[in-house]
Amino acid sequence: MYFAKELLEKCSSLRKKWEDQVKKILSRQGERKERFSTVSDHDIKRLYSPEDIKDLDFEKDIGFPSQFPYTRGLHPTGYRGRFWTYRMFSGMGTARDTNQRWHMLLQNGQTGLSTAFDFPTLMGLDTDSPKALGECGRCGVAIDTLEDFLLLVDRIPLGEVTTSMTINPPATVLWAMYCAAAEKKGVALDQIGGTIQNDMLKEFIAQKTFMCPPEPSVKLISDTIEFGARSVPRWNTVSISGYHIREAGSTAVQELAFTLRDGMEYVEDVVRRKGLHPDEFAPRLSFFFNAHIDFFEEICKMRAARKIWARVMRDRYKAKEERSWWMRFHTQTAGCSLTAQQPYNNVIRTATEALSAVLGGTQSLHTNSLDEVWCLPTDHAVQIALRTQQIIAEETGVANTIDPLAGSYFVEQLTREMEEGAWEYIERIDDMGGMLAAIDQGFPQMEIADAAYRFQTQIDSGEKVMVGVNKYVTEEAEECPLLDIDEAVEQGQLKRLAETKRKRNDRSVRTSLDDLRRACKKGENVMPVCIEAVKNLCTVQEICDVYREVYGLYQDPGLF
Amino acid sequence: MSKRPIRILVAKPGLDGHDRGARILARCFRDAGHEVVYTGCHQTPEQIAAAALQEDVDCVGLSCLSGAHKHLFPKVVQLLREQDAGDIVVIGGGIIPKQDFPVLYDAGIKEIFTPGTPLPEIVDWINEHVVPGREL
Repeated sequence: MYFAKELLEKCSSLRKKWEDQVKKILSRQGERKERFSTVSDHDIKRLYSPEDIKDLDFEKDIGFPSQFPYTRGLHPTGYRGRFWTYRMFSGMGTARDTNQRWHMLLQNGQTGLSTAFDFPTLMGLDTDSPKALGECGRCGVAIDTLEDFLLLVDRIPLGEVTTSMTINPPATVLWAMYCAAAEKKGVALDQIGGTIQNDMLKEFIAQKTFMCPPEPSVKLISDTIEFGARSVPRWNTVSISGYHIREAGSTAVQELAFTLRDGMEYVEDVVRRKGLHPDEFAPRLSFFFNAHIDFFEEICKMRAARKIWARVMRDRYKAKEERSWWMRFHTQTAGCSLTAQQPYNNVIRTATEALSAVLGGTQSLHTNSLDEVWCLPTDHAVQIALRTQQIIAEETGVANTIDPLAGSYFVEQLTREMEEGAWEYIERIDDMGGMLAAIDQGFPQMEIADAAYRFQTQIDSGEKVMVGVNKYVTEEAEECPLLDIDEAVEQGQLKRLAETKRKRNDRSVRTSLDDLRRACKKGENVMPVCIEAVKNLCTVQEICDVYREVYGLYQDPGLF
Repeated sequence: MSKRPIRILVAKPGLDGHDRGARILARCFRDAGHEVVYTGCHQTPEQIAAAALQEDVDCVGLSCLSGAHKHLFPKVVQLLREQDAGDIVVIGGGIIPKQDFPVLYDAGIKEIFTPGTPLPEIVDWINEHVVPGREL
């Protein structure tokens, strides 16, 4: 028990008194609304008191930082030793344009890099594919071959700075390029650090950037996890992502549950397919959460996430190493909480969300720019977003002590509710036969669709408020400067690609692709041949075409 | 002609997978009593035009959040016109800056709905501007 009996008795009598006072007030005047709930529609009570958390176990549920189950964080000194990594997701236009933005960010105090690729790259297509027309460089940087990639990392010390790459179906290819680029710069594979997102399950569930069917997609992920464990030990080979699940409209509990269940699916696949022990690879599994606008719900979600993962890794998968129990995660503030209307208000939203991520104990953070509802951010907007993190870190004092909200009746109770809600979902998915089976049945997709639709109707009815959208609307449009990606970017990239194709050695390209095809068919790890292929200047699409040919294509079932 | 419900194709042209809006609209149109077909993500303009004809729809709602709308939306209208289906009402939505509206209107997109538009507003627009059962 968390509190002494005497205290709870006292509490109970004080509560009765307060309830009488509440009744009296309510008989005269009601509250602002009938029901109070989070942005996820999770019920919130009028007050939380010791009685709510009386059956929590201090050691098992809360404990100390760096101690199982890590509710209060992984690190013994929290952010007192070192702040979270300021990691702004960026990429636009050509590799050269993005390289410039990266240097600008590093000069401004950013401490890690994070790459946004354009849609053709994300989908495993080259700029010269008919399907890619009009998309080049628009949502991120266009990469077709290793030559582009070398420009991207020009003057970036790959042995010092860590780089995250948001890349999924072609993750093997872009990671192979990073490895090849490091080698060219004389940095050994065991010296490079970073993350590839490489989480395909959430693509089928939410983000919808897919190529091959789920089963072979997971196989490729297990290849990268195995290769990383053996050859690139400082690399996080998967970033198991709730971010996109939330952006697609899920609740906080769904984000938590589906993300963790995805992680469990990967652990099981690597153990089964590769015969590795969880301790050989689990320390390099990383996570990625959304920081949405409902402040306390997000903090509690993150505290619950660490707790559940520690239990899962220790008890379900029998991992022995503490590092295998750690949930390390990146956070991004919620793009879907921003509004196109009155865009300067987005600065305040992002600041609040960033604060919740910090109080939730994130390892690294991206803060959205005020103009990102419209387009890729301008330099100025990005700088404000980065400064938001720096102000939280270095001015507000919130990082002076570890997990400052622990022990709050509300925070501990909501943490428990997040945890229990997630377990319920995890058990349902277990009963279905795991996440692949659940995706096949459309289960997580439809749960998210229901939640997204409910939220939209709550916005339309005014039950939930978005300032500037359904309340405090202004007639005059408030506009901010927008970044335009010049159409010349596409022309330039097409020319570059054509030149690379002309000058490369066609025979070694063919041999590389044949080797890759053979490795795919035999079920071998594709990473070593993939690295050879990118060195021989095979394009992203040429390599992905081999995957598509061997593994087949996934068709969006179009559920709604 | 007998009265049948309005038939709408909700379509996601291009490579982006941001389908939250498209799927919410598909469900909203269904709740409003229309017949709805949703293409799923990653459709080419050719696939969308073919689906519109095959499903005999009265309206096509295009959703794009990648910035490629200036290329993709006009292409769908052009393909429909080429196949004598220029009377299908094509509307668009997504992340579309104001300055791109004139180009899209000129290309034959009848209306554009951007983030924050209440669902009932879109339903009302459809009821006012789309007549079920195209004249063939």
